[in-house]
Amino acid sequence: MAWEVVIGLETHTQLSTASKIFSGASTTFGAPPNTQASAVDIALPGVLPVLNRGAVERAIRFGLAVDGAINRRSVFARKNYFYPDLPKGYQISQYEIPVVKGGVLTIATDHGEKTIRLTRAHLEEDAGKSLHEGLPAAVGDVSGIDLNRAGTPLLEIVSEPDLRSSAEAVAYAKKLHALVMWIGICDGNMQEGSFRCDANVSVRREGAPLGTRCEIKNLNSFRFMQQAIDFEVRRQIELIDDGGTVVQETRLYDPERNETRPMRGKEDAQDYRYFPDPDLPPLVIDDAWIARVRSEMPELPEAMRARLVAAHGIGDYDAAQLTSSLALARYYDDTVAALPATDAPACKLVANWVLGEVSAAANRAATTLADAPLQPRDLAGLLRRVADGTLSGAMAREVFGAMWSAAGTAAGDADAIIAARGLRQVSDTGAIEALVDGVIAAHPAIVAEFRAGKEKAFNALVGHVMKASKGSANPAEVNAVLRRRLA
Amino acid sequence: MRTVAEWSAALHARTVSSVEITQDSLARIATAQPQLNAFVTVDQAGALASARAADAALARGGAAPLTGIPLAHKDVLMTAGLRTTCGSRMLEHFVAPYDADVVARLRDAGTVLVGKTNMDEFAMGSSNESSYFGAVRNPWNTACVPGGSSGGSAAAVAARLVPATTGTDTGGSIRQPAALTGICGLKPTYGVCSRYGLVAFASSLDTPGPLARDARDCALLLNAMAGHDPRDSTSLDRPPEDYTRDLDAAAPAKPLEGVRIGLPAEYFGAGVDDAVAHAVAVALAQLRALGATTVDLALPAVRHSVPVYYVIAPAEASSNLSRFDGVRYGHRAERYANLDEMYSRTRAEGFGAEVKRRILVGTYVLSHGYYDAYYLKAQQVRRLIAQDFVRAYAQCDVIAGPTTPTAAFAIGAKADDPVEMYLNDIFTVAANLTGMPAMSIPCGFTPAGLPVGLQLQGNYFAEARLLDVAHRFQQATDWHRREPPVGVAVRATAASER
Repeated sequence: MAWEVVIGLETHTQLSTASKIFSGASTTFGAPPNTQASAVDIALPGVLPVLNRGAVERAIRFGLAVDGAINRRSVFARKNYFYPDLPKGYQISQYEIPVVKGGVLTIATDHGEKTIRLTRAHLEEDAGKSLHEGLPAAVGDVSGIDLNRAGTPLLEIVSEPDLRSSAEAVAYAKKLHALVMWIGICDGNMQEGSFRCDANVSVRREGAPLGTRCEIKNLNSFRFMQQAIDFEVRRQIELIDDGGTVVQETRLYDPERNETRPMRGKEDAQDYRYFPDPDLPPLVIDDAWIARVRSEMPELPEAMRARLVAAHGIGDYDAAQLTSSLALARYYDDTVAALPATDAPACKLVANWVLGEVSAAANRAATTLADAPLQPRDLAGLLRRVADGTLSGAMAREVFGAMWSAAGTAAGDADAIIAARGLRQVSDTGAIEALVDGVIAAHPAIVAEFRAGKEKAFNALVGHVMKASKGSANPAEVNAVLRRRLA
Repeated sequence: MRTVAEWSAALHARTVSSVEITQDSLARIATAQPQLNAFVTVDQAGALASARAADAALARGGAAPLTGIPLAHKDVLMTAGLRTTCGSRMLEHFVAPYDADVVARLRDAGTVLVGKTNMDEFAMGSSNESSYFGAVRNPWNTACVPGGSSGGSAAAVAARLVPATTGTDTGGSIRQPAALTGICGLKPTYGVCSRYGLVAFASSLDTPGPLARDARDCALLLNAMAGHDPRDSTSLDRPPEDYTRDLDAAAPAKPLEGVRIGLPAEYFGAGVDDAVAHAVAVALAQLRALGATTVDLALPAVRHSVPVYYVIAPAEASSNLSRFDGVRYGHRAERYANLDEMYSRTRAEGFGAEVKRRILVGTYVLSHGYYDAYYLKAQQVRRLIAQDFVRAYAQCDVIAGPTTPTAAFAIGAKADDPVEMYLNDIFTVAANLTGMPAMSIPCGFTPAGLPVGLQLQGNYFAEARLLDVAHRFQQATDWHRREPPVGVAVRATAASER
């Protein structure tokens, strides 16, 4: 019987609030150590937590986006353990009653779409960081503690063990990553740790009960996630094949050796002594709050995808691509909005350009679409000239290149470039007929080949006409005239 | 040493200066310290500077009622720039960068902070014997405890070292020492006074409140201490009250006419010392003579108060005290080989026996497999106790009884028997479990000359009613004016020094 891989993901998304979840200190990344830690964050005696409603609001937004249930009353608990970067000796986290219960996320797999169930999403605070290297030599052999991150709001999103391969896990993580950025609750910056995944991995014979799982902690790139899960699956299968049993434990992935290793031993099995935090009353969310958050929600990717297919005539694949990130979707929508006509051909043109030239140029320049020199209004100016037949595809690409490099100046305007370069596609039938007649006269041999039934000869003639027009002739028109003349 | 109200009148009449009464207070503290050990820290320079500022404000006119009044805070309340020890080696040298909310409010009200009072370590105790800085002694008999955990605050008021102090009450820590030292102590409704800057012992029970000689002074202090604080999520946002509002009404012959006083059978049974029972009975007769009627009632769940309290309070404490790990502030062990050893040595050295005992109990009741049986069950019983009281207040306005089963006991008498010690809280812990207000007022003496306290409890936000009943009782009695022998001796010394 074949092995089946079972994966569930726990994702810590750092919520994009300006201040921390229980204090007024800033959440900005990268400040000098301990400059963004208030009395509450360093847990001075006598200080108390006050919940940041912005964090709650983001959690509600997420719950609505995944069609989960928003608990009208949820509870913050204390998770007790000692660690130097945990100033209070406990982490405030929702335990028994999370803010969001259930929900679903749909991913694309090789076998089509698959719905992944979410267990819950709960609010909690991040811990600080322990610094074991890079400290001044003068302080000696010690570890440093940076509490800037302590108290940063996190939404921990827990999936059911519905994922069946590392590819599915990555697809889920990417989808979730795009979604939290789409709804504006997380900046998605994985290098800075704004989006971190823990993977619970087990294997079983198909149809058998769930195997023992191992948790791989802190996967902060999609590539590492795939590699770590693949390694872990191999390890577990080999272990079982060799007659061993998988021990439930927490493991860390080492990308340099491409392997997972146990993080802490069994003897340290923790009892976190969860209990409701008496400093924080239950979090009560009323219908009016939910209604307000709902009214402020952007159109969600799935809805937009359906709209692109139904109303814009975009194909399924392109629609999925365009809605794979908020940046792409915005770029597309804004470009369409800036065009005079929004019929299906115009939309398709925009889709092709956004997914093609624009994405490629942004990739080459290593810039985001939001920072791209060519913005949707500029692109619309260019595509207007493609749609009205002024520019051929080749001309449009030339103009695009000029606009990209001259962006921000008057010279970056599509019409200005077209005028300056004299790029105007010739669609005038009379002019094209003259060109075609000239080529027919100049190349009797090719004409003869065509007439003898060699279709390829026709293309050669088209090429000669285009060349004679210095690329400015409308290719469709050239084709039509040539066919007529040779008929 | 006069009362807060008397000093306030004299200060506003400019017949005495804040500097004068502050100096008098400082002299009394210095003289009494060897006998009572009521203070951990005295801030002579800061106090005199505040007193001079108060005098300037009084001279300008329009000063607040408490302007220029010397006060001391229990050493569990953070005072910016003045060390706050919680009676523990762990925080022996800790100086906070901020004021507790009640400290800031009293500072803003113009009071003069003379120092920080001794207390049971981290407010855990009923005798003030668990302080790292040594036991506090009872001014009525220095061989006896003053009660705890606000024992220093109570002894300081009883011995007339300061007119009033602050305390905190988690299971009776204001009322029990008030009773044992013959003064008034008020635990307000949970949430009326902010816990911000109060070093947490048991967060769902901790309540700051005043200790003073009479009801009026408690009301004056509470006026300044109460109020919503957005930094404490359990602080209540409600309109301000004037807690003295009923105290100045003309006193008819029967000022307590219409007041129904509930007498729970559970507070008058076995275990109450005869002398205490007698003093309380006389006080109840006095209340009836003032027009009150008494109603017998039952609070069946209240007998579970002490066990429930000694599950919930240690549970919360075990978590609250985790921050004292030696990493960022406070005591850290000198020698350790690794992180675990740093933690264990730091905490072994920094905490005393009673604190460790409660951390262990609290850790146990929260641990996996025991949580439901202990903590969860205790919280359920806690709700039953609250329901008992809510029902009772349909039949009465105030519940009265002894504050403690016995008067002050000898230092060391219960030190080896924690459970015996815990039973001292039998009448006081319920008000913390319900969050309802309660106060203790002096109502007599034992034949041995030790004060007896009468506890008055009320429904949520009934502080003004409790203070009114206490005030009418005090208009008709003079227990609250009796002075302890140490106070008399101190006064003589202080006077001769001037």
